[in-house]
Amino acid sequence: MLDTTYNVETPEGIDLRARAAGPVPRILAYAVDVFYRSLILTAVGFALLFAGIAGDGIWLVCAFLLEWFYPVFFEVLRGGQTPGKKAFGLMVVNDNLTPISWGASFVRNLLRFADFLPFAYATGIISMTLGRHFQRLGDLAAATLVVYREEERAPVALPDTTPLPPPQNLRQQDQQAVVSLLERHQDLSEARQQELANLLEPITRKKGSDALSYLRSVGSWLLGGRG
Amino acid sequence: MKQRDFENRYRDSWEQLEAWLKTDHKQAETAALDLPVAYRNLCQQLAMAKERQYTNRLIDHLNQLVMAAHHRVYRQETLRRKGWLHYLLAGFPQAVRANSRAVLLASALFLIPALILGVGTYNNDALVYAVMSPEQVMGFESMYDPGNRVLGRERGSDTDLFMFGFYIKNNIGIAFRTFAGGVLFGLGSIFFLMFNGIYIGAAFGHITRVGFISTFYPFVIGHGAFELTAIVLAGAAGLILGRSLVDPGQHRRTVALRLAAVEAMKIMYGTFLMLVIAAFLEAFWSSNASTPIAIKLGVGTLFWVLVFAYFILAGRREDATHAN
Repeated sequence: MLDTTYNVETPEGIDLRARAAGPVPRILAYAVDVFYRSLILTAVGFALLFAGIAGDGIWLVCAFLLEWFYPVFFEVLRGGQTPGKKAFGLMVVNDNLTPISWGASFVRNLLRFADFLPFAYATGIISMTLGRHFQRLGDLAAATLVVYREEERAPVALPDTTPLPPPQNLRQQDQQAVVSLLERHQDLSEARQQELANLLEPITRKKGSDALSYLRSVGSWLLGGRG
Repeated sequence: MKQRDFENRYRDSWEQLEAWLKTDHKQAETAALDLPVAYRNLCQQLAMAKERQYTNRLIDHLNQLVMAAHHRVYRQETLRRKGWLHYLLAGFPQAVRANSRAVLLASALFLIPALILGVGTYNNDALVYAVMSPEQVMGFESMYDPGNRVLGRERGSDTDLFMFGFYIKNNIGIAFRTFAGGVLFGLGSIFFLMFNGIYIGAAFGHITRVGFISTFYPFVIGHGAFELTAIVLAGAAGLILGRSLVDPGQHRRTVALRLAAVEAMKIMYGTFLMLVIAAFLEAFWSSNASTPIAIKLGVGTLFWVLVFAYFILAGRREDATHAN
């Protein structure tokens, strides 16, 4: 339950990773979609105000289409994201992490009614909580999954340092730690970085800002920079 | 190889792929990129990066790129334009025949309560009130009273359009729920089939009892061919889902459910189409009071014959070729 990572091995032997989204962001996303749908229906209602009883008929057809096909439309044609899901960075995918197909989207959205029973999506929420990947009944039948859409992170600018060769007794995992320290230099405060650098004092024999700048140089060397 | 050299070596190809992924489908076809090759190389580079324990940032970046390319390579397109015609001419009736047990069971769940309530309300004046409220019965009677010169209310074409919208929203909603309820071990489908059977049976029995035959039957016979059949089929599709959970056979329940959902959807697409036809007929044809009763009964009977002939006969030849 704590580890929400979802792994799929592709035919190329690559592990694809995604993080399954739990009930809370999905409920919020759904609420946003309900809001948009009501907004559209209200707008259509005003537009048809002067069309009399025939307008009411058209309005009912719109209400029907929005109720059952609004998610299908967005999921298939907009990369698995309804506007609500987009707002919360979620997307629907097939459980092999390929884009959702028409059939799967129809199934998961038709079965929404069963997930809703007996009230307020109780069945769906129970199903999400029991399963490993937060799938409601519609997801299980359609073999789909709601995952977080990973946002592209801008590449970090590494601090300017002269690369220095690492000390001899630096183990593999320490090397990795040094490199990630360099990579995260913008995310962590200077004091915290120095604190972390101090942990390697037995090897580097340096403390504080000296240790940090030395480790940055080592990291830069490990990444392939040459002095 | 140091990470920086690795990045320098492949950066161009990654950027090229990234740029390509940002283009839309139509442009993509003309852009010069061999996607499968680029994708396979990328996968290999990701594997190398993992193997050599390059930094998480690089691995994450490549992972994302692989994912995006994977989406393009393995895009699943199940419904092709050509497929629709084949589905209508053969696939839909074939799916119904292939699941004849579920269809028969759904028919029984619908027809038996309908018959019991129909005969019951025909013989017993009070029984209809066990199903409907007195106001509903009153409204129902007044709609089909032959004393009215028109069916239902005085209707113009704008009312027809309103009723079309009403039938679309309500009737198709009912059918969709009858289907969806099936995922609860079939119970939802069973409930909605029986509920509709009881309600419709009571209505038939009561109206026949009070003698409004000359208005009621011509009204319902035409669209009924499509609507009642479609509700039974939606129930059957729901029962297919339910069956997969109650008796998953050799599969795990989740796998059985997925296979059943694919099968059930073969029926549901057609059911949806039938319900649209039914709503159209109900709003624009059944309610038309100026057409002589005999013609409406005749055409209505023809619809029934056509619907049954369609399910029994369409796509038969292909069945035979598949079997050989």
